[in-house]
Amino acid sequence: MMRILLVGNPNVGKSALFSRLTGIRVTISNYPGTTVEFTKGHIKLGEEQAELIDIPGSYTLEPSSRAEEVAVEMLKEGDLAINVVDATNLERNLNLTLQLLERGIPVIVALNMWDDTRHRGISVDTTRLEELLGVPVVPTVGITGQGVSDLVSRLPEARIPAEVRTYASGDERWARVGDIVGQVQTLSHRHHTWTDALEDASSHRLGGIVIALLVLFGTFWFVRLVGEAIIDHVAEPLFEWLWTPLLMRLSVALGPETFWHSALIGRLIEGQIDYLQSFGMLSTGLFIPLAAVAPYIISFYLALGFLEDVGYLPRLAVLMDTLLHRLGLHGYASIPTILGLGCNVPAVMATRILESRKERFIAATLISIAVPCAVLQAMIIGLVGQQGMGYVGIIYGSLFMSWVVIGMVLNRLVKGFTPELLIEIPPYRLPSGRVIIEKLWLRLSGVVKHALPIILVTVLVVNVLYNFGLFDALASIAAPVLTGLWGLPKETVVAIVIGFLRKDAAMGMLAPLALTAKQLVISSTVLAMFFPCVATFVVLARELGARDVLKAVAVMLVAALIVGSLQNLIL
Amino acid sequence: MTSRSEGPMTLAEMRTGQTGTVVEILGGHGFVRRLETLGIRPGKRLTKVSSTLFHGPVTFKVDKAQVAVGFGVARGIIVQVDRYLPPGP
Ligand SMILES: Nc1nc2c(ncn2[C@@H]2O[C@H](COP(=O)(O)OP(=O)(O)OP(=O)(O)O)[C@@H](O)[C@H]2O)c(=O)[nH]1
Ligand SMILES: [Mg+2]
Repeated sequence: MMRILLVGNPNVGKSALFSRLTGIRVTISNYPGTTVEFTKGHIKLGEEQAELIDIPGSYTLEPSSRAEEVAVEMLKEGDLAINVVDATNLERNLNLTLQLLERGIPVIVALNMWDDTRHRGISVDTTRLEELLGVPVVPTVGITGQGVSDLVSRLPEARIPAEVRTYASGDERWARVGDIVGQVQTLSHRHHTWTDALEDASSHRLGGIVIALLVLFGTFWFVRLVGEAIIDHVAEPLFEWLWTPLLMRLSVALGPETFWHSALIGRLIEGQIDYLQSFGMLSTGLFIPLAAVAPYIISFYLALGFLEDVGYLPRLAVLMDTLLHRLGLHGYASIPTILGLGCNVPAVMATRILESRKERFIAATLISIAVPCAVLQAMIIGLVGQQGMGYVGIIYGSLFMSWVVIGMVLNRLVKGFTPELLIEIPPYRLPSGRVIIEKLWLRLSGVVKHALPIILVTVLVVNVLYNFGLFDALASIAAPVLTGLWGLPKETVVAIVIGFLRKDAAMGMLAPLALTAKQLVISSTVLAMFFPCVATFVVLARELGARDVLKAVAVMLVAALIVGSLQNLIL
Repeated sequence: MTSRSEGPMTLAEMRTGQTGTVVEILGGHGFVRRLETLGIRPGKRLTKVSSTLFHGPVTFKVDKAQVAVGFGVARGIIVQVDRYLPPGP
């Protein structure tokens, strides 16, 4: 089957076009480095099927990060390249185009962001550009799909130009680019727009900090308010009114004290189902992912999607650069870190946008230890929040301090270098509601699809193991650390064991234990730090390699031991 | 408006809002190349947009794109700054 690649600079709309061409949802965000893996899909070319591949963006064909390596490796396997070019940034983009043409692969150019050219006062003569490059040029708008059908119908015209020019040096190629741009592009004056004003304000020395603080507080406020609203007005009422009566009937049918009763429904508390404590597959097993966690996932990803699509994250990266250098990272590491507040799995993947091995190790380790994912945060807020938000604050404070201290230590210990920041800052864009909703759906269904089966199985297994008394044995083994160092009752060993699998189920195990506020704080912090969930661990091992992942795990265990003990001493 | 030039300076030393032409990029080969891929090379016009506290990154505009570089990088970008004199009477 023919293989078609979407090749281009970062953040030019390759993934948006991919999504339009194949109907497959992929993450689309307004910052360079969104895509770090390739995604395959299919399109119809006349009668035949062809494979279309979305790859990470790259400024040149000489990679400088892991993500760019993926792009260049894929290029070797392609039969045809759709070169996606940002029409508002012709010069830099065409340099890659010329490099592609030199490779001798058939090319068609998608002149994307076509809608943006007018208000930026840019006009491009596409016919002339087509003549000069020797390959077809089609204007497109990735987010609305305008021009996409033209692109498909002209795909068969993709070709290697009649005369392939090669350039003896980079300078010579730049000279040619300058020549082409001079012939096809006309610039006209344009007025300052509100996004320009906002752009200036957020890169202003002090204005930038003020805006960052506003964004931060605004986001927290939004996530909590919307998350709580969904729980109070949608999720809990649905469970109370629709699900509880059904379960109660099932409870009667199964009869109390039977195995299936405890597996499916769990313990009745004063004759009633308590969704946080009963611990049956159909009670707590469904309630935790759907009613306790999903609402916060929705509110968090709505907020994150908005910030991503507006184009705010790279600006935050610039502000964070000085602090992050102390942790052996540079500003762009803040993007994987922020993604980690949603889910650690894509966050660890996103460390591929960092250039050096040292940085990738530190960033991925810190994410696994000290960046709680939305699932864990939802459970912390739900469970510990009942004792007072102050305690939640202590957990966040401990994690943040651990992030800083462990980063500073790793910066000293890990060999290698941290390069300086060098990033492109995209223009602010008005986010498309459709993109935000689709991205939310993509992420939410990912979490639910992964989480639901594991949680259900976990609840079942825990019930079985309880019956066999296995946890009693484990509890006595773990008692010195649990009770001695962390001051926790030995029953928490169950939560710790489950914590290897999933954090939400693990936190759920704490609910019936009647812990004090202090014990809740310590156990939540330890659960967050000592090991990532198994899904993150798999990705971590793949990205870091066997040796480094063992080092990372050692750091996690030591950190959890120390921080848990300190909390036990101080609180 | 007439314009006259003074000596070249580094991007780090430029004031916010100043515009100039890149004359030279100091640094290793890989480093020069990476800047080049972002469209920053001798002969290009750039405008400094901002700097951050504590010798943090410097943001500037090249063509229509905004780029941010660490302070150390900014010290390696040598710029001939335009100097505008107020129009005479
Ligand atoms: N105005 C406008 N915005 C677009 C267009 N195509 C994409 N975008 C936006 O541009 C941003 C980048 O789009 P992506 O599809 O993620 O870009 P990409 O090339 O896949 O980026 P990387 O994966 O980082 O290399 C997103 O915010 C899109 O919504 C377009 O034609 N016009
Ligand atoms: Mg992409």
